[in-house]
Amino acid sequence: MTDKLDITLNVNGRDYPVRVEPRRTLVDTLRDDCGLTGTHIGCEHGVCGACTVILDGAAVRSCLMFAVQAQDKEIRTVEGLADGRRMHPLQRAFMAHHGLQCGFCTPGFLMLATNALERNPDIGDDELRDVLASNLCRCTGYQNIVKAVQAARDEMRAGK
Amino acid sequence: MKPPPFQYHDPKTVAEAVGLLGRLENAKLLAGGQSLMPMLNMRFVLPDHVIDLNRCEGLAGIKEAGGALEIGAMTRQRDLEFSDLVKAKCPLLEQAIQHIGHRQTRNRGTIGGSLCHLDPAAELVSVCAAHDATVVVEGPNGRREIAFADFPVAFMTSSIELNEIVTAVRLPLWAPGHKAAFIEFSRRHGDFAIVSAAAMLEIGGGKITRASVTIGGVAVAPHRARDVEQAITGQAPSSDLFRKACESCRSIEALEDIHASSSYRQHLAAVLSRRALEKAAGLADNAPWNKVH
Repeated sequence: MTDKLDITLNVNGRDYPVRVEPRRTLVDTLRDDCGLTGTHIGCEHGVCGACTVILDGAAVRSCLMFAVQAQDKEIRTVEGLADGRRMHPLQRAFMAHHGLQCGFCTPGFLMLATNALERNPDIGDDELRDVLASNLCRCTGYQNIVKAVQAARDEMRAGK
Repeated sequence: MKPPPFQYHDPKTVAEAVGLLGRLENAKLLAGGQSLMPMLNMRFVLPDHVIDLNRCEGLAGIKEAGGALEIGAMTRQRDLEFSDLVKAKCPLLEQAIQHIGHRQTRNRGTIGGSLCHLDPAAELVSVCAAHDATVVVEGPNGRREIAFADFPVAFMTSSIELNEIVTAVRLPLWAPGHKAAFIEFSRRHGDFAIVSAAAMLEIGGGKITRASVTIGGVAVAPHRARDVEQAITGQAPSSDLFRKACESCRSIEALEDIHASSSYRQHLAAVLSRRALEKAAGLADNAPWNKVH
C-alpha cells in the first residue's frame, strides 16, 4: 500500500472529493469512488475502448490514466449525456438503429462518438468509420453502430 | 489487472524531474501512458516510483528552427496530427501519425514516450530514423544530443542513461516539395504494424536527387535500406527501378514472432518499400493497395 491522496475530480460538472492511492486508475475511481458505474471496464489495457470518457474535450481511455492525473480537468462520462429525462440524440439513435445488444461497449461508443461529432459535426462516413474502429463490440457486427452514429450526426446537423 | 503500488511524483520542471530520477531507486517516467499504463496494469513493470511528466512545463510544442522541426517530448500525437506546420513541412510524419493506434490513444500518447518505449513497430521511431533525427536529452550533467542512428541499442532499449530525460526531438527538414509516403501492413486497423515502410524522395530534372527508405517492424530498430537509397539515387523514378532495388530488402535479418515468420517479414519489407517509393513518386495513384489505410 502507498499513501492515499485527497483529490477532487470534476465529473459532468460536479465535484467529487475522493481519497485514492496514486495507482488507482481513472476508470476504477469513477466507478468505485464516485459511484458512476456507467463507464465500463473491458480489457484494462487500452485495447477495447469500453472505458472511453471525455477529458478536457478529448476522448481518452480511462483505464490508461491514473485518477490523480485527472485533477483540474473536466471529465465527462455517459451519465452526463442526457439532458434531464431527455436522452442525447446519440442515445436515441443507438436505440432506434439497434446499435447495441448486450450494452457493455455502449457507454464507450457513446462517448467516443459524442467527442467525434462535437469536434467535427460534419464528419464524413470514412472518417467516422476510422474513429469507431478504435472500440470493440462483440454483439452488433458494428454496422448498426455506424448507422446509429450517422443518423445522430444527420439529426444534430439538421437541428442546428 | 490493477497497477502495483508505487510512490507518485509530479514534478513541475525538467530540473525537478531530473533530480527525482537521479535520487530515486527503480523509478519510471510516465509520459502519455499509452504503453506504460498497460504494462503497469498487467504488472510487466513494477516500479517503486512513478515520475509523471504530464504537468512538467516546457516539454510540449512544435516549432521550426534552423531548418529542422523541433518537437517537445511531451507533444501529444494528436497535436502532431493536426499541426499545420507538420502538414506543410513534414509529410512523412503527417502520414505516419494516421497509423498510430487510435484517436483516443493519440489524444494521450506523446512522441517522447514513443521514442523511449522504442517498440520495433513504432511509427514515430521509423519517422525519426528516416529523417536522421536528433534526440535531445537532459541529465544531471546538463543537455546532450544523440544522433538517431545511435539512439536504439537493443530490443526496446535506447542509449539514454537511467538518469536522463528526453526533452525534444529535432527532425531536419527536407527541401520544400519533397515527396513522402508511409505505409504499413497490420492484421487490423490500428494494430501494431507487422512491417512498415517510409519513403522520402527529392526529385529534380526527372531524376531522384535524394532518397530515404526506412523499414519498421523487421528488426529491433528501424532499418535504413541504404542499398536501396543508393541504387535509386540519380535514376529516373519508375516502378521497375523500385521493384529491382527493393529486392535487396529480402536479405534483411528479420525478427520472427507469433505474428509473422522472418521470411514473411523479409517479403513484406521488399513489397512495402517498393510500394512506399511508388506512392511517394506518384506512381501508385491507381494501385488497388493505395487507399487511405
